Amino acid sequence: MFLNDLRAAALATAVLLCVSQSAFAQKKYDTGASDTEIKIGNIMPYSGPASAYGVIGKTEQAYFDKINAEGGINGRKIKFISYDDSYSPPKAVEQVRKLVESDEVLVVFNPLGTPSNTAIQKYLNGKKVPQLFVATGATKWNDPKNFPWTMGWQPSYQSEARIYAKYILKEKPNAKIGVLYQNDDFGKDYLKGLKDGLGDKASMIMAEEGYETSEPSIDSHVVKLKAAGVDVFISITTPKFAAQAIKKLAEIDWHPMHIVSNVSASVGGVLKPAGYENSQGILSAAYAKDGADPQWDNDPGMKKFLDFLAKYYPDGNRLDGSTVYGYGVAQTLVKVLQMCGDDLTRANVMKQAASLKDFEPDTLLPGIKINTSPTDFAPIEQLQMMRFKGEKWDLFGDIMSGALGN
Amino acid sequence: MSAAEEVVTEGQAIEAVPKRAMTMGTGTSLAVLILLIVVPLFVKNFIIFQMTMLLIYGVAVLALNILTGGSGQFSLGQSAFYAIGAYTSAILIEQYNVNYALTLPIAGLLCFAAGFLFGLPALRLSGVYLALATFALATAMPQLLKLGFFEHWTGGVQGLVVDKPDAPFGLPMSQDMWLYYFTLVITIAVYVGSVNLLRSRSGRAFMAIRDNEIAASSMGVNVALYKTLAFGVSAGITGIAGGLGAIAVQFVAPDSYTIQLAISLFLGMVVGGVGWLPGSFIGSAFIIFVPNIAEGISKGLSGAVFGVLLFLVIFLMPHGARQIAIVGQQLAARFRR
Amino acid sequence: MELFTNQILAGISTGAIYACMALAVVMIYQAIDHLNFAQGEMAMFSTFISWQMMQWGVPYWVAFVVTLILSFIAGIAIERILFKPLAKAPILTNVAGFIALYSIINSCAGLIWDFTIKQYPTPFGSSPFLGSQLISTHQAGMIGLTLLMLLGLFFFFRYTRMGLAMRAAASVPESARLVGINTSWMIALGWGMAAAIGSVAGMMIAPVVFLEPNMMLGVLIYGFAAAVLGGLTSPFGAVIGGFLVGIFENLVGTYIPGVGNELKLPIALALIITVLVVKPAGLFGRPIVKRV
Repeated sequence: MFLNDLRAAALATAVLLCVSQSAFAQKKYDTGASDTEIKIGNIMPYSGPASAYGVIGKTEQAYFDKINAEGGINGRKIKFISYDDSYSPPKAVEQVRKLVESDEVLVVFNPLGTPSNTAIQKYLNGKKVPQLFVATGATKWNDPKNFPWTMGWQPSYQSEARIYAKYILKEKPNAKIGVLYQNDDFGKDYLKGLKDGLGDKASMIMAEEGYETSEPSIDSHVVKLKAAGVDVFISITTPKFAAQAIKKLAEIDWHPMHIVSNVSASVGGVLKPAGYENSQGILSAAYAKDGADPQWDNDPGMKKFLDFLAKYYPDGNRLDGSTVYGYGVAQTLVKVLQMCGDDLTRANVMKQAASLKDFEPDTLLPGIKINTSPTDFAPIEQLQMMRFKGEKWDLFGDIMSGALGN
Repeated sequence: MSAAEEVVTEGQAIEAVPKRAMTMGTGTSLAVLILLIVVPLFVKNFIIFQMTMLLIYGVAVLALNILTGGSGQFSLGQSAFYAIGAYTSAILIEQYNVNYALTLPIAGLLCFAAGFLFGLPALRLSGVYLALATFALATAMPQLLKLGFFEHWTGGVQGLVVDKPDAPFGLPMSQDMWLYYFTLVITIAVYVGSVNLLRSRSGRAFMAIRDNEIAASSMGVNVALYKTLAFGVSAGITGIAGGLGAIAVQFVAPDSYTIQLAISLFLGMVVGGVGWLPGSFIGSAFIIFVPNIAEGISKGLSGAVFGVLLFLVIFLMPHGARQIAIVGQQLAARFRR
Repeated sequence: MELFTNQILAGISTGAIYACMALAVVMIYQAIDHLNFAQGEMAMFSTFISWQMMQWGVPYWVAFVVTLILSFIAGIAIERILFKPLAKAPILTNVAGFIALYSIINSCAGLIWDFTIKQYPTPFGSSPFLGSQLISTHQAGMIGLTLLMLLGLFFFFRYTRMGLAMRAAASVPESARLVGINTSWMIALGWGMAAAIGSVAGMMIAPVVFLEPNMMLGVLIYGFAAAVLGGLTSPFGAVIGGFLVGIFENLVGTYIPGVGNELKLPIALALIITVLVVKPAGLFGRPIVKRV
């Protein structure tokens, strides 16, 4: 009798243990995740007019190689599938459908370009696939109510422009502003942010010169702005045209207050080709450390970045802002996936992405932190202004937030 | 530089394709048609989407074939008409709640008018000059679409998102499958219409102009009328393709309709075989799938691989896929004996 | 009035870029009766080669001359290897070939030198020209070099047998062959010269627009337009055409309210089409009489 009880007890204990084991080790997967692998989809312009940004995709691939070499995320390896969309929205739609329906990825990470992202936004939200950390600064990605599966990463163009507006209102309240802007979503978004930031002083903008990327040179626009008599020159341009503007300004011996958008603040990509001697005193704002700046050489975060470049992406150029960018955003994704633990459902990925608290990737400026919440899908909102001196940027002032009303 | 004027014996710019050789035999046509109807029932939605795009671009290339292979006018500007068609459909669906099927004939008519109007000044141009004019049109279109003046309708640089329609009458098929069959029906209609057009008197007029414009005009063909008509018809068909494209991709933006598209359509026509209507779909398959293949081979050199593959194709088949069809027909004829 | 003069001068300086490119376009047209889409890319690649040489320490003018020679050879090689087999193929197939060549060159350049911009030196310096704040010494030098090339081409076509032979081979190939001209090699020669001129254009343009694989895209469109405006048979017309396009574009951008700025390129192209409708052979081209 006693033996029977004992056996029953043993059996019961065994059963209990088994049941509780599986309750503790509950793994939940959506398509694209398994015990051994997490599939991450990505779309980048590796060809066509925006191919310079392809470096971002290559950096991300290298970063995931590094994570895999170090054991992966909670034991799972990352499979990074990146397709070329040539910066064309119909191609982006085709590629994203391939990623979701054919390659069956878990998330679509860091797709680049506002037109491409606009094209795929409805589809991804409809399929409930995360469109995570999109590589564009357009302001509209922070809309969790209507698009709960879409999240940005970098500071939006409008918030950056508002910071410049604040600066001008403080430092040069009687300024006559001239704006050179690229006539697309990027340029127009910035322009709006500038006008919003200036508020009822928006009339300070005396001249606006839009240019198309098909123009070989923007020299004539610069000449027109000078003729308009402005004393603040805001350059909302992509790298090639920013460099042309800097050079032209020097050639015609014109030295207004020169503000350049963060997109074109890369030392290696813009200022060095344009000529350091022509770039003195240019203002911009940053949220990430500059690979060209020797002041970060001993910074622990940057050291990790430089080691990574040397080992996993030797062709990568530390002076090119795209490599720093790719590293930072990939690191953020890895953090989110780590936070997911064994619950690798798409819903949980979005949930974790929306719960980042004071996260500091290696490459962000000290004091700038990533914060998200269910109502705040803008991870980075802070920037610090900087002035170009010698061969590098000098940060100054406080870390500013680009939120309206501050 | 010594002569006061340059006397040129106009060789044939576009080779003459006899009327009969412009289509496939009925047997092959039927086989292809059955394939097109049956295959979607067995494949994933994504493949159906790609097949839909194949049909849509095929229709656009067909339009170019009528213009260039049929009437001998060179055009690198089809992307402009495609864009007009796409935006017409998008605006009508999104801003005015017009039924998507109705937007297509409207887009077609609008583009016909646009093509006809463009064809008028283009009458004085030919060969490389016409190419440049159409090239100009294609480059101008994205700029026009971005104009602040039209932004209220076009959405400016941000573009417009378009809703995909559901299958009607509650039919048990996915949106993709429904759209595919809808596109297939329209494609067949356009194809049959085009074949009939080219076999008709107008078609003969087109071809006469293509082969020797001066002779045609001295034989009483109203060259001006038929040339502009050709432009109009071609633009109209391209517009319909554009409208379908807008619905399939669910998004229109100025950046979607750049000169790249015009060049792709041109390549599709050459690869398929200028003047050979069925080749339009082979050409369309080339421009959709070969870039993907190239990317698969080498991400960094995808453009170079594409170029090399294109060279291979034109070395092996300078006259396009039509050559393979001719070889195939000759083999078949030999078997029958 | 000052704005007007400023825009004219600025137009002349961008026009110099277009003129340079247009000259290369006319050159290839004289040789093969067609526009080569890959012209810009070949020029870009040549410029990269010269840049690479300078990175390795070669002085500017040595790199310049070596690049000229290499481009000439490369032009002939490309024609012999890739386009001679297509000589019997329809013209449209050849155009597809140009597009394929474009794709290959652009992609290779991107792989070898990546897509970030590079600074490219100018032998003429960048200071204001004669104190003018609108034209730099470089742009003046560019205009000068273009005019020099123009003169050279003029003499070549007008006063040398080779020039005449090339022109004959392009416009009346059968007759040319009958008098013993090797038309096939004339075409190759034309390609070589066009490639060489293109490389000069590239090396002149790069200091202004910055060197990167996509730098010639916009320039090529304007180059075509300028060449057609001036007349595809006239190098002189090409250069004038380039300046006219540059000036006109700037004036449109400045004086047409609202849309002028956004529609600069379309309006410039519309102008050219209008000119063509009135004068189908371009401003300085010889009228073409078509025979049945």
